[in-house]
Amino acid sequence: MSFLIDSSIMITSQILFFGFGWLFFMRQLFKDYEVRQYVVQVIFSVTFAFSCTMFELIIFEILKVLNSSSRYFHWKMNLCVILLILVFMVPFYIGYFIVSNIRLLHKQRLLFSCLLWLTFMYFFWKLGDPFPILSPKHGILSIEQLISRVGVIGVTLMALLSGFGAVNCPYTYMSYFLRNVTDADILALERRLLQTMDMIISKKKRMAMTRRTMFQKGEVHNKPSGFWGMIKSVTTSAPGSENLTLIQQEVDALEELSRQLFLETADLYATKVQGKETKERIEYSKTFKGKYFNFLGYFFSIYCVWKIFMATINIVFDRVGKTDPVTRGIEITVNYLGIQFDVKFWSQHISFILVGIIIVTSIRGLLITLTKGMYFVSSVLLIRMSMPLEYRTIITEVLGELQFNFYHRWFDVIFLVSALSSILFLYLAHKQAPEKHMAP
Amino acid sequence: KMASLDRVKVLVLGDSGVGKSSLVHLLCQNQVLGNPSWTVGCSVDVRVHDYKEGTPEEKTYYIELWDVGGSVGSASSVKSTRAVFYNSVNGIILVHDLTNKKSSQNLYRWSLEALNRDLVPTGVLVTNGDYDREQFADNQIPLLVIGTKLDQIHETKRHEVLTRTAFLAEDFNAEEINLDCTNPRYLAAGSSNAVKLSRFFDKVIEKRYFLREGNQIPGFPDRKRFGGGTLKSLHY
Repeated sequence: MSFLIDSSIMITSQILFFGFGWLFFMRQLFKDYEVRQYVVQVIFSVTFAFSCTMFELIIFEILKVLNSSSRYFHWKMNLCVILLILVFMVPFYIGYFIVSNIRLLHKQRLLFSCLLWLTFMYFFWKLGDPFPILSPKHGILSIEQLISRVGVIGVTLMALLSGFGAVNCPYTYMSYFLRNVTDADILALERRLLQTMDMIISKKKRMAMTRRTMFQKGEVHNKPSGFWGMIKSVTTSAPGSENLTLIQQEVDALEELSRQLFLETADLYATKVQGKETKERIEYSKTFKGKYFNFLGYFFSIYCVWKIFMATINIVFDRVGKTDPVTRGIEITVNYLGIQFDVKFWSQHISFILVGIIIVTSIRGLLITLTKGMYFVSSVLLIRMSMPLEYRTIITEVLGELQFNFYHRWFDVIFLVSALSSILFLYLAHKQAPEKHMAP
Repeated sequence: KMASLDRVKVLVLGDSGVGKSSLVHLLCQNQVLGNPSWTVGCSVDVRVHDYKEGTPEEKTYYIELWDVGGSVGSASSVKSTRAVFYNSVNGIILVHDLTNKKSSQNLYRWSLEALNRDLVPTGVLVTNGDYDREQFADNQIPLLVIGTKLDQIHETKRHEVLTRTAFLAEDFNAEEINLDCTNPRYLAAGSSNAVKLSRFFDKVIEKRYFLREGNQIPGFPDRKRFGGGTLKSLHY
């Protein structure tokens, strides 16, 4: 009896999540574009619904809501469905849409998308070999196998994105403070842009006029099509068309320059707007609410830097993270202040909430991509680290004997690599920009 | 000798992916664009046009087609950068995708962005119900509405779609052309589309060079109305 009640609760919440995902898709993600393929929307909403349900189940686990056995059942069912969608449906549809876009293969797109999917499965399976996740006890198509592979991909993606985010966040925060863009800078850049456009126009005028005179004289200028056309055009090219190709090359270079200038101008405008916003923010920060948000901004930036630091230490000293910084920090503070405080109890819950917040705020960015499902599965794996020992039992029971330590190490490595490459990338990009501004 | 021809500037506006680049390529080079790719910033092409073709006053002009890429929902910094291309515009071609209703609705925002260049781009949404017809009736810059991907509209739906676009063009006080940019026959010489196109370019040149009062900077429309604008705006 209680099983039925619990199931109906779960199903209602699933339907709610489905509706929410649908609305979110329509209102936020695709506000300005019209989506004609309803399949995409359905798959998105379904994945979203099941992912949220999984999250909900974790919360239920902690708060000990609902019957234990029904929880277990739903957990297993959820996991099966999500894996099914993730490994079978989503890659198939991605392949299908890619193939439909290529005109050549249009007729046999079903066949080719199946082929693409089989290739994907092959590589997906191969992924398991170099990693220590194959446990001899379980069979080939067990849930553990699939989860471990999905987990690896998901953890990698998450680490890549966190690494980039951890570097990008303080960087943008600093750069908008330090860079001072004046109106004169923007005007100068705009003038260069318009000059480049004028140069492009005058060259295109010559080309258009040349084409017109050629057409009037009867030499119809056909674009060389195909391989033989190109060979022919090399040997028998009229002088007019030779001129054209030369000018076309100059035009291509100029157009590339105009694109660069456009992007730089947009960047300057963005900095200028941010600069204004920062001044407003300084006024705003004098208020209580302002100070609160300012503090959050600082806190997040510092947390990012701390994570990079911790990742380095973990790798260098070959340590697997057992407690996360929040717990450690609170322990230290409490001991220092000598307060009688049940650290363990509160820190568990606080760190759990923090991890949840970070995941939810990163979700906003990731909901745009279709790899959301993998993200959720790997989040579950990583949440496990922040959860107290007692709560880990059910997850372990369902997910089997996955090597969790491996995941933490893997995450740290990828995180560090991503963060370092982002630093390098931003440094190079920053170096390029001022040089262009100096040129007359 | 040839470079000293007079010129006019025409903007080509519309959502990403409607086919502006293909259209411009077709108009300027009489060829189908083989490899369309995303336009970053602005790409320009030039069409040589014979004003008043076939008459004693025939004269050749350069028509610059400025294809400005992007979306109406862009960040304000991108909109400010785009605004630099809206200087001294003599005509605007509004392009929408016949298979995508949103792109047609967004044309109102596009035209306002280009015409109100002097106002701060606030991204104010103007929908079908609220927009100010007066604004378009007063507007001195000739507009042309072009619908693309006509070949992807099924025969049975064609009438419904064409009625919708007719209303759209009426709202803008403009002519409309519906075509498929991958098929040059829609603009074949002598077809009604080619005639409309020619008339539009003639009107642009006329307003720029032959009518003193027609020399307007966008954003400061003349209060007096003349030319073909008055009758249509009294429809309501």
